Amino acid sequence: MNRRPWVLGTVAALVFVFLYAPIVWLAIASFNSSRSLSRISGVSTQWYEELFRDTRVLESLQLTLQLALASAVISTVIGTLAAFGLRRAFPGRGLWTVLLSLPLVVPEVVMGVAMLGFFVKLAGIPLGFGALLFAHVAFSLSFVVVVVRSRVSGMDVRMEEAAADLGASPLVVFRTVTLPLVAPAVVAGAAFAFLLSFDDVVISSYLTGVGSTTLPVFVYAQASKRGISPEIVALSTLMVAATALLLVIGVVVASWRARRAGSTAQLV
Amino acid sequence: MLRRWLKANALLTPTGLWLGIFLIAPLALVVQFSFATRDTGVARAVLPWTTQAYLTALDPAFLPIFGRTLVYAVATTVACLVLGFPLAWFIARHGGRYRTVLLAAVLIPFWSSYLARIYAWKALLDGEGLVNTVLGWVGLDRDGGFLLTHGAVVLGLTYGFLPFMVLPLYVACERFDFRLVEASYDLGHGRVSTFFRIVLPGVLTGVLAGSLLVLVPAAGDFVTPKLLGGVDQSTFGSVIDDQFRGGNNWPLGSAMAVLLLVLVVLVLVLRGKRGEDVL
Repeated sequence: MNRRPWVLGTVAALVFVFLYAPIVWLAIASFNSSRSLSRISGVSTQWYEELFRDTRVLESLQLTLQLALASAVISTVIGTLAAFGLRRAFPGRGLWTVLLSLPLVVPEVVMGVAMLGFFVKLAGIPLGFGALLFAHVAFSLSFVVVVVRSRVSGMDVRMEEAAADLGASPLVVFRTVTLPLVAPAVVAGAAFAFLLSFDDVVISSYLTGVGSTTLPVFVYAQASKRGISPEIVALSTLMVAATALLLVIGVVVASWRARRAGSTAQLV
Repeated sequence: MLRRWLKANALLTPTGLWLGIFLIAPLALVVQFSFATRDTGVARAVLPWTTQAYLTALDPAFLPIFGRTLVYAVATTVACLVLGFPLAWFIARHGGRYRTVLLAAVLIPFWSSYLARIYAWKALLDGEGLVNTVLGWVGLDRDGGFLLTHGAVVLGLTYGFLPFMVLPLYVACERFDFRLVEASYDLGHGRVSTFFRIVLPGVLTGVLAGSLLVLVPAAGDFVTPKLLGGVDQSTFGSVIDDQFRGGNNWPLGSAMAVLLLVLVVLVLVLRGKRGEDVL
């Protein structure tokens, strides 16, 4: 596997083709002049124009973004604390690990129906933004913990000890040494949480209330009636393009800073 | 020691409370529902306690659905391993300073709507779609395309869950000491022998963690089978969904959810401690 890296490289490239095929197709279809997603009949930007006129889509997009942002902030803050809590061995850590890995493995449909029953029958929490937020944090938390924990456990404790030996208070050590070291993982965890919330269909579909339909639920309801609308295709294309652009900017900035610092780029 | 215990628990408490209230309590409620008697009211499940729902859930009529779900989940896991391993290995071994970028590139497609991607696959796979057209050039096309087949469902599930396989595999590969492979070659082992004796044991935690992260959600998913497989490919997940959304039989849906949970716990127990590092 090492003597012929091109074999491996080809396989890896094919997997990337698999990952990007539907995305590229969406991008092409978003400029299609007809509604069809399978047959390209001409070039047009009408779906983008309709997207920006469609208030229902824009409103649910806004709600979805607010929800994803709030969910990402909460789960990143308390999830990061939890990741630090698991840093050193203590009695009961195994139990905590099991609890924290539960949301990773409980099937979404089970979580969805369980939360529906809980919110409606036991807690009396009305379906809608609040219920969605509670649920989204619950299923995103573990991803934050996993991502941050892997960075925390790989950290060199001696750097913090050195700072403390040099007279820094615990708070200063945390702010100037610990936090910068874990920052990339915290950012990655936050991105994960945001994305999980932003794209969730199954759990959200049980918890949306009147006037608080998230975009994926809206799309699902619409699509199961008459197929996916070309506006959504246009919106998806915009979202991928924006993410790709952010990544490119990140890479450029990182390599520019690395060149200035005279070392190789260290991103995450 | 006590101080350390207190500090750790203080840090873990917010997360513990959140999961306790919004995940564990709901799951406990589902267990209670599963023993309830069905009521004709608006999705109301009331006492007395009965095991009726479990008897219904274990009815042989549901057997084909269980079987189909299991086949989909296992096939998806295997497909994710076959595709994910070379990718994770390549990024860890040959990615160089672009490793993070390549890893991010794995995730970028997932920043678009999941449903839009599934519909893109629908368009690519249908009779007039690109896949069928290209296959037609070499005479491998199929009447009506590849939609509504088991293959389409497994493809959709594999597509959806691949990152959950790639990430833990990548973490395991990154920790793997690649010099061991050289050493194995130098000691006269071939590629196959090196793979099974050196590489696989070395990244086993990643393989186990990734398989778990793919197998369980794939067994519960119902959106992908519904959209790519059609009405005849109902799965365990879609039956549960029907009981809560349409059928109004919460006890039966709950009993099935509990059975799915038991399966998860069994897999977790079987996994033992090996995957713990990564998960």
